[in-house]
Amino acid sequence: MDLSLTEAERDLVELCRDFAQKEIAPRAPLAWEEARCPTDLLREMGELGLLGMLIPEEWGGIGMTTVGFVAAMEQIGRADQSVAAAWQAHVTIGSLPLYLFGTDDQRERWLRPLAEGRALGAFGLTEPDAGSDARGIRTRAERTDGGWLINGRKTFISNAGTDMSFGVTLLARTGGDGDGGPPRYGSFVVEKGTPGFTMGPKMRGIGWRGLDTRELWFDDVWVPDDHLVGDPEMGLGQFLRTLEMGRISIAALSLSLTQAVLDLATAYAKDRVQFGQPISQFQAVQFKLADIATELEAARWLTYRAAWLRDTGQPFQKEAAMAKLKASRVAAWAASEAVQVHGGVGYMLDSPVARFYCDSKVLEIGEGTNEIQHLVIARALGC
Amino acid sequence: MNVVVCVKQIPDPADPGALDPTTKTLKRDGKLILDESDSYGVEMALQLVTAAGGGEVTLVSMAPNGEVSGLRTALAMGAAKAILVSDDALAGSDALGTAKVLAKAIERVEGADLILTATESSDGYTGTVPEQVAGLLDLPSVTFAKHIEVDGSTVKVQRQTEAGYDDVECPLPAVVSVTAGVVEPRYPSFKGIMAAKSKPVDTLTVADLGLDASQVGWAGAGQEIVSIEEAPAREAGEVIEDDGTAFEKIVAYLDNLKVL
Ligand SMILES: Cc1cc2nc3c(=O)[nH]c(=O)nc-3n(C[C@H](O)[C@H](O)[C@H](O)COP(=O)(O)OP(=O)(O)OC[C@H]3O[C@@H](n4cnc5c(N)ncnc54)[C@H](O)[C@@H]3O)c2cc1C
Ligand SMILES: Cc1cc2nc3c(=O)[nH]c(=O)nc-3n(C[C@H](O)[C@H](O)[C@H](O)COP(=O)(O)OP(=O)(O)OC[C@H]3O[C@@H](n4cnc5c(N)ncnc54)[C@H](O)[C@@H]3O)c2cc1C
Repeated sequence: MDLSLTEAERDLVELCRDFAQKEIAPRAPLAWEEARCPTDLLREMGELGLLGMLIPEEWGGIGMTTVGFVAAMEQIGRADQSVAAAWQAHVTIGSLPLYLFGTDDQRERWLRPLAEGRALGAFGLTEPDAGSDARGIRTRAERTDGGWLINGRKTFISNAGTDMSFGVTLLARTGGDGDGGPPRYGSFVVEKGTPGFTMGPKMRGIGWRGLDTRELWFDDVWVPDDHLVGDPEMGLGQFLRTLEMGRISIAALSLSLTQAVLDLATAYAKDRVQFGQPISQFQAVQFKLADIATELEAARWLTYRAAWLRDTGQPFQKEAAMAKLKASRVAAWAASEAVQVHGGVGYMLDSPVARFYCDSKVLEIGEGTNEIQHLVIARALGC
Repeated sequence: MNVVVCVKQIPDPADPGALDPTTKTLKRDGKLILDESDSYGVEMALQLVTAAGGGEVTLVSMAPNGEVSGLRTALAMGAAKAILVSDDALAGSDALGTAKVLAKAIERVEGADLILTATESSDGYTGTVPEQVAGLLDLPSVTFAKHIEVDGSTVKVQRQTEAGYDDVECPLPAVVSVTAGVVEPRYPSFKGIMAAKSKPVDTLTVADLGLDASQVGWAGAGQEIVSIEEAPAREAGEVIEDDGTAFEKIVAYLDNLKVL
C-alpha cells in the first residue's frame, strides 16, 4: 500500500500550508477570541478552490482525493481549528449530499456556489431530542400540492447562520408515524429567507468559538418539490453515507490538532528553563512528547488508510469509525498533556495551546460520538 | 493590453544563502523561487490586464539550470506564458549583462505595451536592471511606481518619493519599476497551479537571443567582485532597567536617532 502523495496532492498541501501560516494563523485567533466566524478567511479559501475540495471540476470543485483532503486538513487545522471545522463541515456534510444525491439542476443551483466558494454549506440532522439516535428526529415534511411543508427544530447546526450561508440541507421525517409503515426520511434544501425559517443566536461552546453553530426553527416552511434532494423515503441512509466521510474528516482535524500541540509543547519544553536546565531535559517531559508523537503517528496511518480505502472504492465504514475514535481520543489526551508541559502558561487563554485544548473536546462528540463509533466498529465485528 | 513582467528567481530567503568563495557570488544550485519583490509586479500586471478588459501577461526571466519553479508560481497567479533564458554562458553576468539578456528576450514578445519590473531584487538588489533594460530598448523608464493606470497609449504613474508621490505620465511602451508592498499579490489558486503546469515556457539560450557569449557572463562583466567579507555580528542591544526614569532614556535614545 503506497500512501505517498501525488504531485497534485503535494501542490495542494503546499498551497494550504502557505495560506494557513500566512493568513489563518495570524488572523483566526482574534475571531476565536471574539467568538465570530471568520468568513473573510473562508471566502479567501473559496477563491483558492479549497471549498470545492471533494467536488469534481464539472460542478465547480477541484476533485481532490480523500487522501489529499486529509493532508490539506493537516495544514489548515494546525493553524486554527474553528476555521478548519467550518471548512470541513462545508466540504463534507454541507456539500456531499447535494453532489451525491442531487439532480443536475440542484447541483447547478446550490452545489456550484458552494464548490466555487461563494457560499457556505450546512447540514441539519441533530435535534434537541435526537442526536446519536438519528432515527428519532421529529422534524416533519408533509406532502402538499407541488411541494412540502416542513415543521420542526434542529440544534447545534454549523455554518447555517453566517453572512456567507445560503441556508441548510436538512433531514426530515416524510412518513412512518401513524401510517403503520416504517419511518421514512427525506432531505430538503431550505434557503435563507424562506418564510418560517428562523434561527437562534450563535451558541457558545468550550472551543471552536470561531464556528457558527445555532438552533434552527422551521414553522410551516413550504418548499417546492425541486427542493427535495434525493429519495423522499431513503434520506436517512443517504445522509449516513455522507457521515462516513465526515468521520475521516474529523479524524484529520484531530491529527492537525495533535500535531499543533506537539509542536507547541516541544518548542516550549526546549525553551523553558527550570532547575537550571530546559524542561525538555527531564525524562518525564520527554516521555510525554515521545508518547504524543507515537500516538499521533498511529492515528495518522489509520486515518490515511481509511481515506485511501475510500479513494480506491473499497468499503471504509469500519476504518473511518476507527480513525475517528482513535484520532479524536489522541487529540483530546495530547492537548491535555501539552497544557501540562506548559504549566500555568498553558492554562491561560492567551496561549495558543490553551485554545487548542478548548478545541479538542468536541472532536470526541461531533460527527457521531465516540460511543457511537464503538457501536459501528462492534457491529462490523458482528456483534 | 499586453504586459511583460521581468521576474527574478532567487534562492529561498527562508534558507540561509551561501556565497561561493571562488566566484564570490551567491550559490544558486538549489531550487529557486519567485522573488517576492516581483510578485507585486505580477499582481499589478494581472490587474492592469483585467482593467483593460483583454490581453495577457508574459513573464521574462534569466536563471541558471533551466529553473522554472518561480515562473510556475507567477503562471499560477495568472500569467499566460513565459520566456526563460538559461545558459551556462550566463554565469557571472553582472547587472548590465542581465539587462542585455532581458532586453533581447523582451523584444521577442510581440505587441508588449508595458514592461514591469521590481525596483530592486531581494538577493542582488543593485536596483539598476530596470533602467538598463529601458536604455537598451530605447524606451522611457519610470521608477518606484506605487500606482499605475493605463489610459490609451499613455501610462500614468504615481511615483513614490520621500515626501509622498509624483504624478508622472509617459507614452507606451515603457519600462516601469514597481515598489514592493503596493498591491496584495494573490495566492495562486489550486486550479491556477494545475493550469500553470501546461502553460508555455519558452526556454532560450544566449545564441537563440542573437547575443554573443562574450557580451554576457563572466566574459562580458564590466564589474568584478573584489572580495567578500562576513557581515559583522549584531551587537547586543542596550538594556534599560526601569527605575522610574526609563522613559527619559528611551526618549533621549530616539532623539539621538533623529526619529522623533
Ligand atoms: C460544535 C458542534 C457542532 C455540530 N454541528 C452539527 C451540524 O452541523 N449538523 C448536525 O446535524 N449536528 C451537529 N452537531 C451535533 C452532533 O453531531 C451531536 O451533538 C452528536 O451526534 C451527539 O448527539 P447529542 O449531542 O444529541 O448527544 P446524545 O446522543 O444525547 O448523547 C449523549 C451521550 O450518550 C451517549 N450515547 C447515546 N447513545 C448511546 C448508545 N446507544 N450507546 C452508548 N452511548 C450512547 C453519547 O455517546 C453521549 O456520550 C454538532 C455538535 C457540536 C457540539
Ligand atoms: C560579478 C557578478 C557575478 C554574478 N554572477 C552570477 C551568477 O553566476 N549567476 C547568477 O544567477 N547571478 C549572478 N550575478 C547576479 C545577477 O547577475 C544579477 O541578477 C544581476 O546583477 C541583476 O542584479 P540585481 O539582482 O541587483 O537586479 P536589480 O536591478 O536589483 O533588479 C531589479 C529588477 O529587475 C528584474 N531582474 C533582475 N534580474 C533579473 C533576472 N535575472 N531575471 C528577470 N528579471 C530580473 C527584476 O524585476 C528585479 O526585481 C552576478 C552579479 C555580479 C555583479
